Amino acid sequence: MIQLSRVGRRYGEREALRDVSLSLPTGQTLVVFGPNGAGKTTLLRILATLLRPHTGEVRVLEKQLPAQGWAVRGRIGLLGHEPLLYRELSAAENLRFHARLHGVAESRVAEVLDAVGMKDRASEAVKTLSRGMVQRVAVARAVLHEPEVLLLDEPYANLDPAAREQVAGLIGAQSGCTRVVCSHDPGGGVAEADMVLGLREGRMALLKAASDVQEGEIAELYR
Amino acid sequence: MRRTVGALLRKEFLVELRTLESVPGMALFAVSTFVVFHFALDATSVNGKEAAGVLWVTLLFAAMLGVNRLFVADAEQGGFDAFLLAPVDRSALLIAKALALLAYLAVFELVAVPAFGLLLLEPSLGQSMPDLLGVLALADLGIAVIGTLVAALAVQTRARDLLGPLLALPLLVPIVIGAAKASAPLLAITAPGASPARWLLGLGLYDLVFGLIAYAVFDFLLED
Repeated sequence: MIQLSRVGRRYGEREALRDVSLSLPTGQTLVVFGPNGAGKTTLLRILATLLRPHTGEVRVLEKQLPAQGWAVRGRIGLLGHEPLLYRELSAAENLRFHARLHGVAESRVAEVLDAVGMKDRASEAVKTLSRGMVQRVAVARAVLHEPEVLLLDEPYANLDPAAREQVAGLIGAQSGCTRVVCSHDPGGGVAEADMVLGLREGRMALLKAASDVQEGEIAELYR
Repeated sequence: MRRTVGALLRKEFLVELRTLESVPGMALFAVSTFVVFHFALDATSVNGKEAAGVLWVTLLFAAMLGVNRLFVADAEQGGFDAFLLAPVDRSALLIAKALALLAYLAVFELVAVPAFGLLLLEPSLGQSMPDLLGVLALADLGIAVIGTLVAALAVQTRARDLLGPLLALPLLVPIVIGAAKASAPLLAITAPGASPARWLLGLGLYDLVFGLIAYAVFDFLLED
């Protein structure tokens, strides 16, 4: 369960988020739309405990953030714009490092690398991999510790159709996780959503069940 | 905690081994500076207080190169976020980074101190080496703790290359003074004496105080 009540966040004088309120039941998917700078990434970082909200209340997995952030870290998987991988290390070395931080058995590393189709390139330095391959390793990192909540910022960026299909089982609706997904793809985004949130200049411009979203409503956010 | 520190240290050394961004630069800087001192002082050799001053000023500025690089890979490649997302004690990062910096200092001094002995120092280092190692250990510990604290603060700013030394140097001056005073008798040409105990004690106390301060404030440095 994710609950936001009048959440706001500023960067200096600029309000990145203002009065965002919603409730997302366990196991459901919220897809967030909005133009660049609308506050999508800020929202994800607040939910990930990486940013403090300046106003309002945030509850994730029944815990109040940021006060009880320690209790939800390790139960959240974040896949953002940055892959959070060291370029000089190989995919396997990066994942072993994350496995140790999360107290996960190292056998899980081979399992997730296999699941994203990177087992054969596991020993190559991340800096030598293509963007799509790096994104696959980042997916493996995000799900390595079997999180209950997935926070995904354009998770299919740089992935070809075959790779999208391959990672869908890990980060898609089939994962069974509660998901918050930032997307710029109206068709694909609404199709995988239970709820849709539209942000414009940090404010809620749309909040609806995905089944109630009318054609053109998402495109309107970007005008 | 031990597992986390181990994981962080292992990653740290792997990245340094692959990039060679810190230790070779520190060693090269120190050796180059000794050569510059050799010509600038217009002397073939130095001893006593002068030698201690040359040694510690050079080691300090070379150490700043390592301090400035300490968190760069983490800040640029998302290592901070990855660490903050993990269910671990955040003090583990302070301990691991300070230990890594301590190891870098020790390795670069393996090159820099003998180079100083060869290029500039008049008396032989052999007899005073055990005592000098003690001074080096105490000073390095302080540099590692203060350097880690300052680097964690500076790396989150745009002017990190400027802010790091600006913050660190005033805090490291007492270490240079203590280390130079403690080393001067060891580097004297006539009857090298023992390090004065009060300077060694002072170095130890300074390390302890900053160790406690760093432990107390490090979590807040990582917070948004």
